[in-house]
Amino acid sequence: MTNNQLTENGQLRHFLTIEGLKRPLLTEIMDRAEQFSSIGNRQVKKVPLLRGKTIMNLFFENSTRTRTTFELAAKRLSADVISLNISTSATSKGESLLDTLHNLEAMHTDMFVVRHNQSGAAEFIAQHVAPHVSVINAGDGCHAHPTQAMLDMFTIRRHKQHFPDLRVAIIGDILHSRVARSQIQALSTLGVGEIRVIGPKTLLPADCQTLGVHVYHDLDEGLRDVDVIMTLRLQNERMQGALLPSAREYFQCFGLTEEKLKLAKADAIVLHPGPINRGVEIASTVADGPQSVILEQVTHGIAIRMAVMTMALGSQAEEGVL
Amino acid sequence: MKTQISNGRVIDPASNIDSHLDLFIDEDKIVAISDYYDGFAADQIIDASGLIICPGLVDLCARLREPGQEHTATIDSETQAAAKGGITSLCVPPNTDPIIDSPAVVELIEDRAKKAGRTMVYTIGALTQKLEGKLLSEMMALKQAGCIGISNGLSPIKNSLVLRRAMEYAATLDFTLFINATDPWLQAQGCVHEGMVSTRLGLGGIAEAAETIAVSRDLLLIEQTGVRAHFHNLSTAKAVAMIQQAQQHGLNVTADVSAHHLHLSEHDIGNYDSLSHVMPPLRSTRDRDQLQQGLRDGVISAICSNHQPLDNDAKQGPFAQTKPGISGLETLLSLTMKLVDDGEISLKQAVANLTCNPATILNIDAGQLKVGGSADICIINPAAHNECQPQQFVSSGKNSPFTGWLFNHEVSHTLFNGKLVYQKDSD
Amino acid sequence: MTTSLSNIDTLLTSMANDIRHQLADKNILLIGIHTGGVWVAKALAELLDDDFFDGALGTLNIAYYRDDFTRIGMHPQVAPSDLPFSIDDRHLLLVDDVLHSGRTVRAALNEIFDYGRPARVSLAVLIERSGRELPIRADIIGQSINLTDDQHIKLSNGDDGLQLELRSNDQ
Repeated sequence: MTNNQLTENGQLRHFLTIEGLKRPLLTEIMDRAEQFSSIGNRQVKKVPLLRGKTIMNLFFENSTRTRTTFELAAKRLSADVISLNISTSATSKGESLLDTLHNLEAMHTDMFVVRHNQSGAAEFIAQHVAPHVSVINAGDGCHAHPTQAMLDMFTIRRHKQHFPDLRVAIIGDILHSRVARSQIQALSTLGVGEIRVIGPKTLLPADCQTLGVHVYHDLDEGLRDVDVIMTLRLQNERMQGALLPSAREYFQCFGLTEEKLKLAKADAIVLHPGPINRGVEIASTVADGPQSVILEQVTHGIAIRMAVMTMALGSQAEEGVL
Repeated sequence: MKTQISNGRVIDPASNIDSHLDLFIDEDKIVAISDYYDGFAADQIIDASGLIICPGLVDLCARLREPGQEHTATIDSETQAAAKGGITSLCVPPNTDPIIDSPAVVELIEDRAKKAGRTMVYTIGALTQKLEGKLLSEMMALKQAGCIGISNGLSPIKNSLVLRRAMEYAATLDFTLFINATDPWLQAQGCVHEGMVSTRLGLGGIAEAAETIAVSRDLLLIEQTGVRAHFHNLSTAKAVAMIQQAQQHGLNVTADVSAHHLHLSEHDIGNYDSLSHVMPPLRSTRDRDQLQQGLRDGVISAICSNHQPLDNDAKQGPFAQTKPGISGLETLLSLTMKLVDDGEISLKQAVANLTCNPATILNIDAGQLKVGGSADICIINPAAHNECQPQQFVSSGKNSPFTGWLFNHEVSHTLFNGKLVYQKDSD
Repeated sequence: MTTSLSNIDTLLTSMANDIRHQLADKNILLIGIHTGGVWVAKALAELLDDDFFDGALGTLNIAYYRDDFTRIGMHPQVAPSDLPFSIDDRHLLLVDDVLHSGRTVRAALNEIFDYGRPARVSLAVLIERSGRELPIRADIIGQSINLTDDQHIKLSNGDDGLQLELRSNDQ
């Protein structure tokens, strides 16, 4: 696989997927996010690092939360940021997607943050932008959501010491989840001891084990002795495609309740990428409980995105002296 | 006009010839295949030293886009590509616009092809009206107009009763039924093979069962109705095994495979390479190997181009939104011969898979070199060592994933009805 | 101005004396600019009385305030700024190792004002060299030195303590 998200010197040029990135780079993203996270606590929550840079958030699929954190991240770095919600009906043909792109590029954009309902859309856009433009994938179809995965890793690192010692379980709709794919790749790149995926066969992809995970269809078995539990959002439309009978039955089998949580290690943490369907994939008592780190994830999302934006735009700098 | 093709190695599996002989052509007919022909005064001599002379190729499935999508390609442009590919007979499936469901459309295509005069174009008529899978088309009228077979194209017939009736009616007319076997529901959400690659890229997968369920149903109905049937473009190992079993039980079924399915697998999609987006999808490497085995075993008896020219825009976009298809006319011969270079099949079999075998499936008088027969001839340079450059294709469709592939064999001359319709530039 | 470097301990002692005379009883907050400025600030704090400065040493990393990001990108490692006190209405002593173009101090002042509004900021530098590009001057100076454009001063902190070194590009 060609890795066109890196420059010749191995620096991040685009951030499209975790696949193919090496551990030191993932660690660098987290280290930089650590440095940026203190800025949120200051009186002026802003540094002039990306002053004069133009960042376009292209959201072909709606997502208030992700768009907001990307906007905030850009603003805290003093970049000019514009968010565009583009209905996919207007770009149902690839031709006009490129047209849209080149028009926005002509406005001297330095970075596109792209969310699209088609797998591979960010990759496609990255292949067609001018050499000085960076592309950050904010979620493409069922493929990847690398900044979400990195903020999850960051959150885990804040609570747990050493990735190789961890046993991590991901529960739910792996098949349609770009978050899960990126999480699995990030966890395995960081050397996590055991990655488990738990879900019914209808929600697990074919040849799932080729991703390097252990597959469980039984929640009790899968949760036993894990250090980290990553729950996923279950889209309502899954009931329509004959993938699941009902939300109620799903909750009975795969919902994370306090009782189920007890099967994991006593100090296990619970993550969720949001927005939460309470009573579907997770019980309110768990989502709001002491082991939940869900709100921390949101906070960390800003620092992670600041880190990635800075690295991508910094890699465009001329090689110069200090 | 008298033409002599001299000093070449003549390979014609149908006549069991493989030796150095000259071909003597008078107007549109072959008049002799021998060392010497007394009193033949050639107007034109083609020196075929070091070259292979074989019958013009017969392609079971090529889309020319006319009528209906002339902005993409035309009969004129694509028959030029066919000539460059050594193809002198080809079949077009019924999903043109308008659909080939009336004699008028058949006549239009045949007229245009005749005017172009580079290759014989056969039409396959629509099995059901508008290919909707509901009402039978006027098959007798289509047969009389010249359709060589009948098919529902890429639109599978969902209703098994309609399919059974259609088969019965086609059998009554002694029409060959061409089938693209796929279960519409299992295929609906997908664009790639369901397996490692669909899982990695998050693309909708098409399970192997999408093909095998359809093949299985169709075989049972073929057996019941007695129709003569041909399966286009198999993609899975299991389907090959099922057809093999049916053939062993004496069922009158044949099958072909596209040249690209013999070389590529799901892994060639790499990072969303839309040029490898085809339907049926590229499957696992094991499936690809078993398709090659199916050729060796004779279960699959023909290799086709499954030519689908597309413009650039059709391949620009997120993978699932791009159109499937490969522009295949100009790589059919080279890809097939590459199997010979790779030791997968013999030279004789390769030529047979491209000439007499597909001609037999179509029941046409082609794919063979014989005295008195039409002078449709393909001359091959077996030492071309050429790099594939789709941008140089004559076809309007430059959509090929084979950029940069090295091909030893390429077409050097094509004669159609005794007329030289293609000659490789000596550059 | 001179053209050769003096002994570093002599410079630090002289700076500490100046600070003692000029800034006594002002309840000063001490801030070092990462990394050389932090070393100098620590050395100065050791030479002065324990309670001369109010509270712990603040550190400032101006990496996010540089004006040359577009040209040279990010440093591989950036330790975040840490000001463990409120700077509003306080008198700050900002410390750096070398005052050259003045751009670092400009960036540091910008960053300081993102933390609050100090009453006054004084600047102490170990070396003041020629080559100013901004109207910035130091209040406390170890040594002033005249250098050509291709000469650089490097402060290092090894096993033998702080070391000053003069380098030329052609060396």
